[in-house]
Amino acid sequence: MPVIEYIEAIRTAMKEEMERDERVFVLGEDVGLKGGVFGTTKGLQQQFGELRSLDTPLAESAIAGVAIGAAMAGMRPIAEMQYSDFMFPATNQIISEAAKIRYRSNNDWSCPLVVRAPIGGGVFGGLYHSQCPESVFFGTPGLKIVAPATAYDAKGLLLSAIRDPDPVLFFENKKCYRLVSDEVPEGEYTVPIGKSKVMREGDDITVIGYSMPLHFAMQAAEELSRDEGVEAHILDLRTIQPLDREGVLEAAARTGKVLIVHEDNKTGGVGAEVAAIISEELLYDLDAPIRRLCAPDVPAMPINPPGEKHYLLNKDKLKAAMLDLARF
Amino acid sequence: MTHTHSVKSAPRHAALGLTDEQAVAMYEKMILARKFDERGQLLQRAGKVNFHISGINQEPSQVAMAFAMDLKNDWFLPYYRDYAFVLSLGMTVKELMLSLFAKGEDPNSAGRQMPGHFGAKRLRIVTGSSPVTTQVPHAAGFALAAKMRGERSVSLVSFGEGSSNQGDFHEGCNFAGVMKLPVIFVCQNNGYAISVPLSKQTAGRISDRALGYGFPGVQVDGNDVLETYRVFKEAHDRALAGEGPTLVEIVTYRVTPHSTSDNDLVYRTKEEVEIHKAKDGIPAYRRYLTEAGLWSEEQEQELQARIREEIDEATEYGERAPFQAVEDAFRHVYAETANGEAI
Repeated sequence: MPVIEYIEAIRTAMKEEMERDERVFVLGEDVGLKGGVFGTTKGLQQQFGELRSLDTPLAESAIAGVAIGAAMAGMRPIAEMQYSDFMFPATNQIISEAAKIRYRSNNDWSCPLVVRAPIGGGVFGGLYHSQCPESVFFGTPGLKIVAPATAYDAKGLLLSAIRDPDPVLFFENKKCYRLVSDEVPEGEYTVPIGKSKVMREGDDITVIGYSMPLHFAMQAAEELSRDEGVEAHILDLRTIQPLDREGVLEAAARTGKVLIVHEDNKTGGVGAEVAAIISEELLYDLDAPIRRLCAPDVPAMPINPPGEKHYLLNKDKLKAAMLDLARF
Repeated sequence: MTHTHSVKSAPRHAALGLTDEQAVAMYEKMILARKFDERGQLLQRAGKVNFHISGINQEPSQVAMAFAMDLKNDWFLPYYRDYAFVLSLGMTVKELMLSLFAKGEDPNSAGRQMPGHFGAKRLRIVTGSSPVTTQVPHAAGFALAAKMRGERSVSLVSFGEGSSNQGDFHEGCNFAGVMKLPVIFVCQNNGYAISVPLSKQTAGRISDRALGYGFPGVQVDGNDVLETYRVFKEAHDRALAGEGPTLVEIVTYRVTPHSTSDNDLVYRTKEEVEIHKAKDGIPAYRRYLTEAGLWSEEQEQELQARIREEIDEATEYGERAPFQAVEDAFRHVYAETANGEAI
């Protein structure tokens, strides 16, 4: 099976789906001739023409709003937000419109839209090219939110998102683009929205998370296994809305010790909801308090290298937190 | 109407391509909308419904713009005062009453949304919300879809002059201008955004804003039904000819308070309102039809009686109809499978 980069998996998903379904098109800033500032849409305009790989004016609310209109008209738009940091002007369109169209019309109208947005830091992007905005949208009924950590899931989840009859926010991690490569089958396959995946099995502690920090957890888990004899059970949520409750509870019950990790800041993050689900259902099965390892509650990460490094999670931070929990 | 025509020349409506039947139908829709609207206010005052928002005085131009559209192929994105517009597109008084009473059979939202939040796919009326102007980029999206599919379709989106200050107005206009999309942007400038008058909303002329986006902007007197029709017909022709969007600023006046929750005399005078009530486009259009030999006192009596009966029946139906069952109140957040489970 070919090993490809995470970014290539995203591009391939769009290309294959555009070949399969002529209703699918991508729109956003620089997505056309340039192929995106990261290269995610490279080659699509050459293959599918200007309309289906559409360079838009620099106006995020219009990118989302036009895509919503086209989706209601029966198209399958993929709206690209260049950085998730620039998604906030489109928030009203996403939360007041896309999320509520089916509900407010009592199922008369629907909005099969994908909004793709790169999240995360570690690329010296400073405050406004590094954020994780999941918690802004998380908890908005009507939206589905996915955040793949692997190339395999990136392709499979993007295909599911495009085919989904409702709006899906696809948060791709920009640090993963070229850092993460894994086996991706050629051709069509989907990863279901709403289903988590066990990345690693273990009986000592459970780590639950999504996106980039899971790779640090996997590296830390290997070292802890080798050096400390601690076996971590690692669950990739993959979809953060709707959360896979059963998957979360099963993973938590497996070890009774839970560490939740994400790059979004701690307060009000997805981890708070995961912790609440476990508390509601499994409190007396726990052997330790639920812990969270997240970004600090500061507005965003600084661009200076020591500041950025201090802000971000890494293997060593994960390892320390996992070991500490194992020893509880 | 301000113009009179000589007996020899064709009547204005005929010169614009409207048949006598259409000219009369336009009048009937205006009256229907006016009477529905008055009933809505009455029902709210009587405590039968919680809320009503009025489009009184804006009916003539709303009817005119609907009659210039292709109901089979165009897309319509109205705003909350567009009763005469949606009635002209085929929504019924009964449906509007079901919405006013927030009943389950309401096609707009099954009684979930406030009245005035229109939406009916069968009539190509796109569901709308309360944060104003969000529908403007949607209209560009519908037009983009039409362009991509090679369909002969125009999107018409309407909004108030307050809305023309929102980013979504500018972003939507700009997008449609760049792409030369078949969109008609309609600003129904009724002088007030709740309490804030036009002079505090903008220092310029709204129709002039189109220049900045590379397409024509036209200002039209909303009380002049036939001139408004002409302007929309031209905008529609331009859109279909691939010449891109048009911004139409309808100059009108809101004679009612913003809604039944508003006391307008806090911010304007009764005298000001009376001046504009006297300019009502409906009696003027009736005079036109009468002079053209298309309307008589007998017809007027018959119409008034027919509409009264229709509204009475619709009111009774709306009042008696059941609310959406609470078991269904939380459905349709996401698509459901055939057996009612969320996908």
